[in-house]
Amino acid sequence: MSAISRDEVAHLANLARIELRPDELDRLSGQLEVILGSVAQVREVAGDDVPATSHPLPLINVTRPDVPRPGLSAEQALAGAPAAQDQRFRVPRILEED
Amino acid sequence: MSSDLIRRTAAELAGLLRAGEVSAVEVTRAHLDRIAEVDGPGAAGAAQQPGVHAFLHVAGEQALAAAAAVDAARASGEQLHELAGVPIAVKDVMTTKGLPTTAGSRILEGWVPPYDATVVRKLHEARLIVLGKTNMDEFAMGSSTEHSGYGPTRNPWDLDRIPGGSGGGSAAALAAFEAPLATGTDTGGSIRQPASVTGTVGVKPTYGGVSRYGLIALASSLDQAGPCARTVLDAALLHEVMGGHDPLDSTSLNEPVPAVVKAARDGARDGIAGLKIGVIKELHGEGEGGYQAGVRARFDESLALLTEAGAEIVEVSCPSFTAALAAYYLILPSEASSNLAKFDAMRYGLRVSPAGVSDPSAEQVMAASRAAGFGDEVKRRIILGTYALSSGYYDAYYGSAQKVRTLIQRDFAAAFEVADVLVSPTAPTTAFKLGAKLDDPLAMYLNDVATIPANLAGIPGMSLPSGLADEDGLPAGIQLLAPARADDRLYRVGAALESLLLKQWGGSILDRIPELNDGRLEGANR
Amino acid sequence: MTTTAHETSRLKDVLGYDEALAAFDPVLGLEVHVELNTATKMFCGCSTVFGAEPNTQVCPVCLGLPGALPVLNGAALESAIRIGLALHCDIAEWCRFARKNYFYPDMPKNFQTSQYDEPIAFNGYLDVELEDGEIFRVQVERAHMEEDTGKSLHVGGSTGRIQGAEFSLVDYNRAGIPLIEIVTKTIEGAGERAPEVAKAYVGALRDLLRALGVSDVKMEQGSLRCDANLSLRPKAAPGADQSAVKLGTRTETKNVNSLRSVERAVRYEITRHAAVLTSGGTILQETRHWHEDTGVTTSGREKSDADDYRYFPEPDLVPIAPDATYIEGLRATLPEPPQERRRRLQGDWSFSDKEMRDLYNGGAVDLVEATVAAGTSPAAARKWWTGELSRRANLDGVALAELAVTPAQIAQLQGLVESGALNDTLARQALEGVLAGEGDPAEVVAARGLAVVSDDSALGAAVDRAIEANSGIADKIRAGKLSAAGALIGSVMKEMRGQADAARVRELILERLTVSDGTGADNAGH
Repeated sequence: MSAISRDEVAHLANLARIELRPDELDRLSGQLEVILGSVAQVREVAGDDVPATSHPLPLINVTRPDVPRPGLSAEQALAGAPAAQDQRFRVPRILEED
Repeated sequence: MSSDLIRRTAAELAGLLRAGEVSAVEVTRAHLDRIAEVDGPGAAGAAQQPGVHAFLHVAGEQALAAAAAVDAARASGEQLHELAGVPIAVKDVMTTKGLPTTAGSRILEGWVPPYDATVVRKLHEARLIVLGKTNMDEFAMGSSTEHSGYGPTRNPWDLDRIPGGSGGGSAAALAAFEAPLATGTDTGGSIRQPASVTGTVGVKPTYGGVSRYGLIALASSLDQAGPCARTVLDAALLHEVMGGHDPLDSTSLNEPVPAVVKAARDGARDGIAGLKIGVIKELHGEGEGGYQAGVRARFDESLALLTEAGAEIVEVSCPSFTAALAAYYLILPSEASSNLAKFDAMRYGLRVSPAGVSDPSAEQVMAASRAAGFGDEVKRRIILGTYALSSGYYDAYYGSAQKVRTLIQRDFAAAFEVADVLVSPTAPTTAFKLGAKLDDPLAMYLNDVATIPANLAGIPGMSLPSGLADEDGLPAGIQLLAPARADDRLYRVGAALESLLLKQWGGSILDRIPELNDGRLEGANR
Repeated sequence: MTTTAHETSRLKDVLGYDEALAAFDPVLGLEVHVELNTATKMFCGCSTVFGAEPNTQVCPVCLGLPGALPVLNGAALESAIRIGLALHCDIAEWCRFARKNYFYPDMPKNFQTSQYDEPIAFNGYLDVELEDGEIFRVQVERAHMEEDTGKSLHVGGSTGRIQGAEFSLVDYNRAGIPLIEIVTKTIEGAGERAPEVAKAYVGALRDLLRALGVSDVKMEQGSLRCDANLSLRPKAAPGADQSAVKLGTRTETKNVNSLRSVERAVRYEITRHAAVLTSGGTILQETRHWHEDTGVTTSGREKSDADDYRYFPEPDLVPIAPDATYIEGLRATLPEPPQERRRRLQGDWSFSDKEMRDLYNGGAVDLVEATVAAGTSPAAARKWWTGELSRRANLDGVALAELAVTPAQIAQLQGLVESGALNDTLARQALEGVLAGEGDPAEVVAARGLAVVSDDSALGAAVDRAIEANSGIADKIRAGKLSAAGALIGSVMKEMRGQADAARVRELILERLTVSDGTGADNAGH
């Protein structure tokens, strides 16, 4: 895989919602290049016939009964909120539409 | 009395409490005093001295109240759990209702969870006394606890050295006699590697053996909570409290906890004659990283002791392990990048407005808060994980890494065909100096080369002390690995080896830690 | 017709519908999100009841608190499979959840737990009946499970919309409510009937989901939501293969929250696309917002390469592998398909096509069926529900089914009419009482004293008074003008406050005036 560019790091930081300073972008793109160079070997290890493992143990069909359980009060839910109003979480204006 | 109490094992304290020779309040106070004495700034009553800094939060009042309640219950004849009244330190990655929980991150500074992790609930139910929350690498990302947002923990063996990570706080608390028991979580070695470099015992149970509910997730498919202690038996006692099925965790195994306490007692008494022990060729000092001579020497000595005790040593090969580190450093950041997305300054945690922006948007506040609240290592791994999951790269990176995982499981399966347990040194080196690897992420990652395969495969692993390296006098660890669900084998072999080593050493290895007197604390680098 | 400047500018926005259809072939795709009516959320035990106080139906899981973990609601899985089966889908032998990663303040974890390339159900169809009775088969691509988001209230600015708001207030009660997303394959060949097909599909799907009992399917409350994708492709030259013509760029119209809107929005987008394309413009791939009030769509968010959701298998949930026995057990619970059922009922009830369609459009099929089941004749049941009850529902602005009267009560009411205990006027008064919550019809009749007066002496006295007071009319009747009796009957009924059997009153009048009521004579009764 080719080197990871500064622009690419900026794009990733945007996807990950982390504001990075120019010097951080420079440093990170350098470090990521080294790390990626080292982990790139995973692509050569397993052939197409090897299945992927996403769960370490093969459990299946774990469900719970559809029975209500007590949750948190609104007060508890909002206790850690940076801002709250009218029993709701107050957040800054949202630019992008869903 | 109190200096004696803090050096007792949990099993011993449990016996004293049961016999009424000490009260839970006395035991708790002794440990709180010790914390105040050696833990340094932030600990109750401490002056501005550079202490061990194992704790991020000490819950003295709550601990004493809980201890008094245990004493009252015992006095009234109530049937109590074996460990009732024994103090414990809880890794700050576990949510504790009413106690601050930060996972070592500034982004969660001041957050007080409204609920207990299942593990913490079980500790309370068994009426252990929670002394406080221990320091860790931010969100468990690291092998030195230097990535904590609240400053590093220092290794009680040498205050200028790292205590391992991410659970350096829990391991250091044990080695500094601030707590007889502690909890840990292990995603790639965060219980075992700190145990190795502090001369303590740590166990990563089978994936699903201990509930993950209430553990602030790093990599969901790798994370596993487990016990940290000074002896194999103590670890087993705590393991049985922590373990068991939890309907709140879909990945929790719906089966009884293996009988690890019995296995530890059996192992110490009956030995391990006839057991087949596999030495993993790829983790025996050749190739990547290179094992420190003293670490290898102690490891070889342990093998010799096991052979003398009647075990059969065989060599096994796990060729895919050479790709384990690479696979791990793709899977972990990928899952972490998603798990850590919830820290966005909207519902809890740090909220920071971007500098020089009037009327910032939610998007800008999220990005600024995450920039301010996350440390460099966390940012690095989130960006790496975002990259590995992004379209166009997913198959090459995340997809390939998950295939390596299959190969590693196959290697383990083949190895366990010929051996009952597998062994390797836990970490390639003894504790290194604070700051030595901070600017070299890859060198830091290599600390986990031997511990990572167990997480990728979901199998249980234990680290226990193998002795002190000749060149630096610092502890080295030996790692035991067993098949999934066979955690009891670790305790059987671990307890057997421990008793052989204790005989050789003539007592606990921790007796050799230089006393943490004021002079040492003051002389350490700040 | 004169054209104002304003209209001229509007005319540029859209092309005439026929003109558009002459040049282009519409290609549809419909995504329907349905909220399940389970008692608890998809991944936690919080209640799903609509309309609770903000942030009172939340817990660590659906608030995305650090450490919390999801566990799948078994009833939601069951509903998902039943929906899949009813849509003639294949049910996955093995599938997983995936995380869809993107940041949004109403999404607590900043990823949505959804299904990606492994939906629980796939490859089905739904036969849709158009207004003229033609059946159009809509192919269903997939139905998958996911969770709903919280709800934001945008405060400040003039519109209450997201644009221009100063801040937003978020309520997470809805976060985590189980959703099934049902996605069609591209719907081609509908031609000018595309808007009608879209509406009929959503209507048929709603009926099916209602018959399955898996959702409230209230579009106005958002428990059924439709996104309509539309693209136009140029008509092939006569004789050429239309399917060989390249598909156009599609737009996704959101917020289409009534059946009528589905039809209008698709129709609008056809004319808008056509206007853009014929004027040489290009259609942007974007989301559009439907405005019910003005009947237009406006530009929303442009889809771009930046949309990278970084899907990966949800590590906190385990795979789902429903076995054949379980699936067949669920198949056995499927209701009769709504269209088949309507055809069967129409035959059973001997209703005309129009009568049946009116019942269906009025949402009265189930109600009539239940009323008939309670013993009423189909004709009488239909008369009640499409007559008086329909009038009441319109007056109150509610759906028929929301009226505070049950089919059993209507059946009882009709029974009272047929037994002669109530006449039509009294029956309507009894219904008033039922709707006012005064109890069953019999209770209302008793409490309000509504029974028909059958005491001939009381009636007779009233008749005598009426004859005396209206001697002119009485003379006419005596002279054989029987139609004049109506006025006298009315007078008696008025005096009796409606509580008389009009037929009996007529008999008494004619008796007293010694006129025999010849058959075939005009009828003043009912």
